Amino acid sequence: MFPRLATSWVIFRISLEERLVYRGDFALGAVMRFLPIVTQIFLWAAVFAALKAQGAPQRPEIVGYTYDNIIAYYLLVMITRMFSSMPGLASGIARDIRDGTIKKYLVQPIDMVGFLLLYRVAHKLVYYAVAGAPFALLYYLCRDYFGGWPDAATMTAFIASLFMSFLLGFFLEATLGMTGFWLLEVNSLLFVYMLLSFFFSGHMFPIDMLPGAWGTVVKLSPLPYLAYFPAAVFLGKVSDQELHWALWLQLAWLLFFIAASRAVFRFGTRRYSGYGG
Amino acid sequence: MSLYLRVFLTFARNSLVRDMTFRVNFLIDTFSSVAWVFMNIAFYTLVFQYTPSIGANTGWEKYPFFLFLATGLLINSLVQAFFMTNADEFSELVRTGGLDFALLKPIDTQFLISFTRVDWSALGNLVIGLALMLYALVQLHYAPGPLQIVLFLFYLACGVLIYYSLMIALAATTVWLGRNQTLLDFWFYITNFSRYPMEIYVGRWGTPLRHFFTFLIPVLVVVNVPARILARPFVLQAQSDWLLPVFGAIATIGSLAASRWVFQRALASYRSASS
Repeated sequence: MFPRLATSWVIFRISLEERLVYRGDFALGAVMRFLPIVTQIFLWAAVFAALKAQGAPQRPEIVGYTYDNIIAYYLLVMITRMFSSMPGLASGIARDIRDGTIKKYLVQPIDMVGFLLLYRVAHKLVYYAVAGAPFALLYYLCRDYFGGWPDAATMTAFIASLFMSFLLGFFLEATLGMTGFWLLEVNSLLFVYMLLSFFFSGHMFPIDMLPGAWGTVVKLSPLPYLAYFPAAVFLGKVSDQELHWALWLQLAWLLFFIAASRAVFRFGTRRYSGYGG
Repeated sequence: MSLYLRVFLTFARNSLVRDMTFRVNFLIDTFSSVAWVFMNIAFYTLVFQYTPSIGANTGWEKYPFFLFLATGLLINSLVQAFFMTNADEFSELVRTGGLDFALLKPIDTQFLISFTRVDWSALGNLVIGLALMLYALVQLHYAPGPLQIVLFLFYLACGVLIYYSLMIALAATTVWLGRNQTLLDFWFYITNFSRYPMEIYVGRWGTPLRHFFTFLIPVLVVVNVPARILARPFVLQAQSDWLLPVFGAIATIGSLAASRWVFQRALASYRSASS
């Protein structure tokens, strides 16, 4: 047990240092991420202005979201995406499989998925450390949109779902990437996933806006847990009853993808044959 | 002049041959960009489920807004088809020192690096843009007159040129910075502001933003001017209805001149990177 922990610690530390080398680039990237939100805020301001001019009540709502709620929603989705998004994970695994570099994991006494997880954790931690200050300032400036902190129970649920969204994002993308053991070219598959997740994870708009059965079906899928769900929990848009089963469902999806990534890795490495020298 | 046209046609043909060599790849590329567009259209359709228009009394109701969207699509697909790959490639040429070869050729360097590749797959969105435009016009029961069409096409070209100027100027900064990634990223973030009608930028933050992106970096002119010519029939009611197009033409010339200047300055500071 102890040597394994020591190995993990070394992997983690090296990943941390590697990430810190590019901190300037990182910080710039973090700030740039705000810009698309700015246009989104103006779009919704214009939408709500139109509703008001049309004679809507003092504080018009769209599927239960006031203008302030929508802005807060986008700001929160930025946070959940900071946890759940895994840039380059699936495509990196698929590339390693294709060009044969994956054998570096296979010949060493380390677990590839565990290694990649530690690497991601380090990556994310550096990201939070670098982006933390500008983000805190942004949220402080925008505090009026939030209408105060939620109560302790909601906050706990929010943190739990945020934490699970990170793991869910990781294991989901790792599983997708490892389909590369069977498919030589996974980019198209990844593109379809990206497209679906952009639309149905709640990245673009609160899932509640989807009409009728669409909303129900999408909420049963794992996608909303990558962006929409934690944000909606924080804003109190999820009823107590729904919150209960949704958290369980999120956990179920997480366990499913942990198991799936294990299985895919196991069967994948069995049929894998290395190319290249 | 005819030399430049011949060279360009050769480039375009070569690119097509290259694209057709990897046909499945070409189809996937086309499909991907078309899929993105459909997702965007779905999003706006959803938004219009909940609101009659974007902005109070702006006239940007569903179908006029679709005309706006279609105009943006046409401009973006043209820019992507003709310039995006080249701007990317230019940064790479500077980094690797491959620009030396371009400088040696007996043709204008900016022309050469701007037109080397044509990304034919980006033109899929041109078709979608035209279809969306037609659909919106039919829904509005509106047929634009000949003057409108001429002006629309003229300002469509202006839009493409403004985008091109911005892109090539950003790419040229590679010469000074040594790497380009964040600057071409910048291009997406800046042009992001031109995705919506300029009327939405109002208020304490919006008005300065609108002025900044109209007068300093004129990206708001790009889609707004041609889209207004179609969607807000060209009758000179408000002062801005004719001031903006006039300004649009000036902004195009200004952008082109500025980007040419930046490009020349960049070339003057270029020190080959090859060994």
